[in-house]
Amino acid sequence: MADVLKIGTYELRSRLIVGTGKYPSMEVMQACHDASGADMVTVAIRRINIDDPAGRTMLDFIDRACYTILPNTAGCYTAKDAILTAKLARELLETDLIKLEVIGDQQTLYPDTRGTLEAAEALVADGFTVLPYIGDDPIACRQLEEIGCAAVMPLAAPIGSGLGVCNPYSIRIIKERAGVPVIVDAGVGTASDAALAMELGVDALLMNTGIAAAADPVRMAIAMKHATLAGREAYLAGRMEKRLYANASSPMRDLIGTST
Amino acid sequence: MRVSVNGAERECAEGATFGTLLEELGIDARAVAVARNDEVVRRADLGRERIAQGDRIEIIKAVAGG
Repeated sequence: MADVLKIGTYELRSRLIVGTGKYPSMEVMQACHDASGADMVTVAIRRINIDDPAGRTMLDFIDRACYTILPNTAGCYTAKDAILTAKLARELLETDLIKLEVIGDQQTLYPDTRGTLEAAEALVADGFTVLPYIGDDPIACRQLEEIGCAAVMPLAAPIGSGLGVCNPYSIRIIKERAGVPVIVDAGVGTASDAALAMELGVDALLMNTGIAAAADPVRMAIAMKHATLAGREAYLAGRMEKRLYANASSPMRDLIGTST
Repeated sequence: MRVSVNGAERECAEGATFGTLLEELGIDARAVAVARNDEVVRRADLGRERIAQGDRIEIIKAVAGG
């Protein structure tokens, strides 16, 4: 049975969403997208260089027949800028999807919760399918869900840090209480981080640097694909209970050399 | 008349539309989206909407990002 993820009206077969940033080349990026098995990829929105307008854009490197594009509002520090960026992305890409980022601080790239809530409210009212990047804060996630966001995307760790899931307990609480998909966004550094996040029960992962900054990005894309699947399957399987002492797997009866 | 395009001041002919501005800049309209004074100019309107003195124009494209 297909384990399909529904985000608003969208359906994803893969629970791994990947970025388009920081790859050594466009060819490597395309190979990573292919290897990751993802069917959704993110892009950023920026001013075109007026002095060199003829250059290719990211859209020349993404086959839209294979990938759903999720534009982001990365780099926006106010709700106003994020809202305009989202509207421009919608016009450019003819999509109502938006990965909402309202950044609060340049060094941590932590989200500005107040600005994120404000922008989310305006964008939901305007008909967007809003996927907000947010802290690992169950209350902020609940508020974003109440506003009408189609998913919530708590960070595992700071963007681009590769620190893995820093607060698994918060992520679990967010997942337990959420009525919309929970997508861990940012901070996943290697396959075990991805598997752990999925084992917590979250619905999907969004990653960029974890793949793009690996020494061999294509190989890491393969690893992340399998780790995401492995974590998902382990979560659905339901892990055994942990115990302090050993519990033999082999029979303790009829041991050789035992006297009757 | 003077307008601002992506934060830089430039001269723009009276009566120019967004379509003529993009053409003048050598920009493929299909690869970008345009806003005037914080409002999106719909793609279908680029050829008929006229630019006005003092307009703040943003021309954006999709780039690499996560």
